[in-house]
Amino acid sequence: MRRPFEQIVTEYGPMVLRVCRAVLGPHDAEDAWSETFLSAIKAYPDLPPEANVEAWLVTIAHRKAIDVTRAAARRPTPVETLPDRPARTGRPEDWDGDLWQALKALPARQRQAVAYHYLAGLPYKDIAALLGGTADAARRAAADGIKTLRTTYPGDPVDTEQKEVAR
Amino acid sequence: MTSPSDPGRLLAALPAQDGPAMARLRERLADQAQREGILDIAYRTLETPVGDLLLAATDEGLVKVAFAVQDHDAVLSHLAGSISPRILNAPRRLDEASRQIDEYFAGRRTRFDLPLDWRLSKGFRRAVLTHLRDIGYGRTESYAQVALAAGSPRAVRAVGTACATNPLPVVVPCHRVVRSDGTAGQYAGGAEAKHFLLNLETAA
Repeated sequence: MRRPFEQIVTEYGPMVLRVCRAVLGPHDAEDAWSETFLSAIKAYPDLPPEANVEAWLVTIAHRKAIDVTRAAARRPTPVETLPDRPARTGRPEDWDGDLWQALKALPARQRQAVAYHYLAGLPYKDIAALLGGTADAARRAAADGIKTLRTTYPGDPVDTEQKEVAR
Repeated sequence: MTSPSDPGRLLAALPAQDGPAMARLRERLADQAQREGILDIAYRTLETPVGDLLLAATDEGLVKVAFAVQDHDAVLSHLAGSISPRILNAPRRLDEASRQIDEYFAGRRTRFDLPLDWRLSKGFRRAVLTHLRDIGYGRTESYAQVALAAGSPRAVRAVGTACATNPLPVVVPCHRVVRSDGTAGQYAGGAEAKHFLLNLETAA
């Protein structure tokens, strides 16, 4: 028997929001989340009971993120040239601007591979199915992304951890 | 323990939980689903003197009222199986029902005027429950009287079952059906809740 969709929102909503934020940044993440869950609730009654809900949602989110990116590209002013606005709530913990700057600088494939593997927990073969190519290629994309982030993102947790130890 | 070089920690600045954002997104999802006609069941819980009531509605009307002792999660799972899993916590559809139930518990309302979706009750049970709406506020009938009124004088036990499985307690007043000896008898919300409702109605 299928669970009430509300439980799906509770259990996976925060994960999908992280993925959308990592892939699209603060402006468009919430639109992609909304499109993802609207599409998901529509299709939910037909989802096979044995389906992996996480992979299913990330697949939808992946497609919706592409739609949102295309829509953004059609805007008169490319979003890349806009100054980065803070999250809509204005709370600093909503979004770390430095992390987004570093993620944004990655090739889209690497950013997606990092988000789908490290935030959604998808295995590389599932990520390969989304991005095309082999599981090994997906693994390399994620590894390359992480490697670059370590050098470009000032909030590198190695530093943070050392600071914590020093306290 | 995560190692300092754990790539997951590199992304720790992305909050794992963002309550305000999720609240905003849930509300937006409920509104969009409602607008597109795919929100098959909207629900909320309502605090009352007999505990939190679960209220659930389809497009047609109120379809389920459940007491806390009936286990709201179990009730929602059951609705997912019997009606549709497209279920969201979306209070707006229950605004009018909530208002009327609040008024009832405040002693300011003696009958409910709400669209009801009867699909969870069939056949004889439904005939019994339909009759219950004719038992006025503050009055009671015995199970035997209800059986007679429903056209099956010998079906006293079946009347008991119909009341026990009433999908819309409080609103469809199965609490007004009592034993022939005048004692309250069983109730889905517990004997205490039944006493409370009967007292509420005689006090008003």
